[in-house]
Amino acid sequence: MRNILLICKKELKSYFASPIAYLLMAFFGLIFGFGFFTATRDFVRFSFQSQMMGQQQPMNVNDQIIRPLLGFASTIALFLVPMISMRLIAEEKRTGTIELLLTSPIKDIEIILGKWLGAVLLFTCVLGMSMLNVAMLFAWGKPDLKPVLVAYLGLILQGACLLAIGTFISTTTRNQIVAGGVTFFVCLLLWLLSWFTAFDSGPASQVVNYISIVTHFENFSKGVLNLKDVVFYLSMIFFSLFITSRAMESVRWRS
Amino acid sequence: MEPNLSSRLTKIMIKVEGLSKRYARNVAVDDISFEVNKGQIVGFLGPNGAGKTTTMRILTCFMPPSAGKATVAGFDVMEQPFEVKKRIGYLPEVPPLYPEMEVGEYLHFVGKLKGIPKGDLAKRVKEVSEKVNVAEVSNKLIGKLSKGFRQRVGLAQAIIHNPDVLILDEPTAGLDPKQILETRQLIRSLAGDHTIILSTHILSEVEHSCERVIIISQGKLVAQDSVANLTNRLRGAESVSLEVEAADGRPNPTEVQGRLEQVAGVSRVMMKDSKDGRLTFEVESLQGRHIRAELARSVVNSGWNLSELRAVGLSLEDIFLQLTTAETKEVGGQK
Ligand SMILES: Nc1ncnc2c1ncn2[C@@H]1O[C@H](COP(=O)(O)OP(=O)(O)O)[C@@H](O)[C@H]1O
Ligand SMILES: [Mg+2]
Repeated sequence: MRNILLICKKELKSYFASPIAYLLMAFFGLIFGFGFFTATRDFVRFSFQSQMMGQQQPMNVNDQIIRPLLGFASTIALFLVPMISMRLIAEEKRTGTIELLLTSPIKDIEIILGKWLGAVLLFTCVLGMSMLNVAMLFAWGKPDLKPVLVAYLGLILQGACLLAIGTFISTTTRNQIVAGGVTFFVCLLLWLLSWFTAFDSGPASQVVNYISIVTHFENFSKGVLNLKDVVFYLSMIFFSLFITSRAMESVRWRS
Repeated sequence: MEPNLSSRLTKIMIKVEGLSKRYARNVAVDDISFEVNKGQIVGFLGPNGAGKTTTMRILTCFMPPSAGKATVAGFDVMEQPFEVKKRIGYLPEVPPLYPEMEVGEYLHFVGKLKGIPKGDLAKRVKEVSEKVNVAEVSNKLIGKLSKGFRQRVGLAQAIIHNPDVLILDEPTAGLDPKQILETRQLIRSLAGDHTIILSTHILSEVEHSCERVIIISQGKLVAQDSVANLTNRLRGAESVSLEVEAADGRPNPTEVQGRLEQVAGVSRVMMKDSKDGRLTFEVESLQGRHIRAELARSVVNSGWNLSELRAVGLSLEDIFLQLTTAETKEVGGQK
């Protein structure tokens, strides 16, 4: 445990020692802020119009602003993940610092867990930028807190899962650009698959739909905490980190 | 030499038996065996691509061997890698540094990684920083350091946990002459407390820093000897292999060896083999002496048959040729 935290801390420090952490936070903050601006403007306009027309249809901040916004955030996350995970192990292989880690009295899995945890924490920080906007809604409106928390949990779980896959991909190469590219491609593919299979109910589509990581975010975004989805994410994380440790073994054999 | 020191010196620290490493397309290390005693500085000499780095990576538990066995301080690298790793300090060919860290911060990180207890850490970092002369840059970013300083920080990370064994892969490669001298001095100053293996493709490097030398070429171990003996051989001493057969039955090995040692100009006689009454010896001459004729006469006069007599060490010469050309090439390339 001590070792995992040691690696995790080192990882976080190096993210923040380079511009990458700040760039990602700025990038995400801007895009999310833009989405927030559009969504609230439309919301205000609609609620104004519906009042003018004398309709009593209740407008709901949760359903009409927060939910689509966090759904939007889950899509942006697909772009964030490769940028966070690409350097994790590829860079250590390129510079040779992997030799220090792999010849120290520390288990491979501790290295992997530490690095992945560091990535998840950075991802959470980046995601945290959205809270600036969401907090405004709480200041001026009266949204329900619970579905918001559930959606954030879903975002983090989905991110953690994709980051675990990214960690694996980063272990297979010494070129972080390649690692990032492949991870981005995988994320894109998962996202596209969830689109293609959404309108089809054949058994193959169902399977793909199940495996496609992004579909499991849907329940979370509705504020529904479903144990099945949590278990899915956790087992995907476990599986990805397990194959990462196998890949690390092959790094030892071949490099 | 005090008695308990000499008994300590004979303790085997590193033992390598039949070690091989195969890659998909080539064999990097091919059936190498050697031993290193506690407290020794051993030079691992061989041209580029000889398999030095690969052997060191196996010893440090970075990679597993394809075949064979290696133990460090009595622990097997395959079976008890944790125990081995705790006892080894390793400076890879490229020092494993994080450019975005400060020197002191980096040494703290490595110290924790090597399992130094929290209470001792600050003290250890201070000690090694002073030992390798990096205390003055302890607040500088590693990425901003000169090559010489980086190498020293690399050495600091290797000794931070006060390991029994130090493995240094080409520690002076790419340094300027002044830095080379400093690094050599530093390595020699570490010698008392640690058993050291350092690799190099430059012959003079071994002469300066090491007591023993192990020469490998194309993955095979070609020779291992004390540096003194080796330089002797190199400076025109001759090495002869001869096979002696008794005319009647078995010759007495000690008798033959004794007779050979008496031949004028002989510095050393080693028995290599004895099979069906045939004894094979390797005989070395003193510097600049030619001993083949004398050896033959002595054997025949004693009533034994001389079934073979040939100069050996040609392969060694080849390697040295390679080594020296590699060295001149590098010197030329630096201009
Ligand atoms: N990862 C690898 N894959 C395939 N061959 C390798 C690998 N690493 C080293 N080799 C080969 O193994 C041989 C020994 O390499 P190395 O141990 O680095 O030699 P040295 O350190 O003595 O220069 C070389 O022929 C090299 O090409
Ligand atoms: Mg090498």
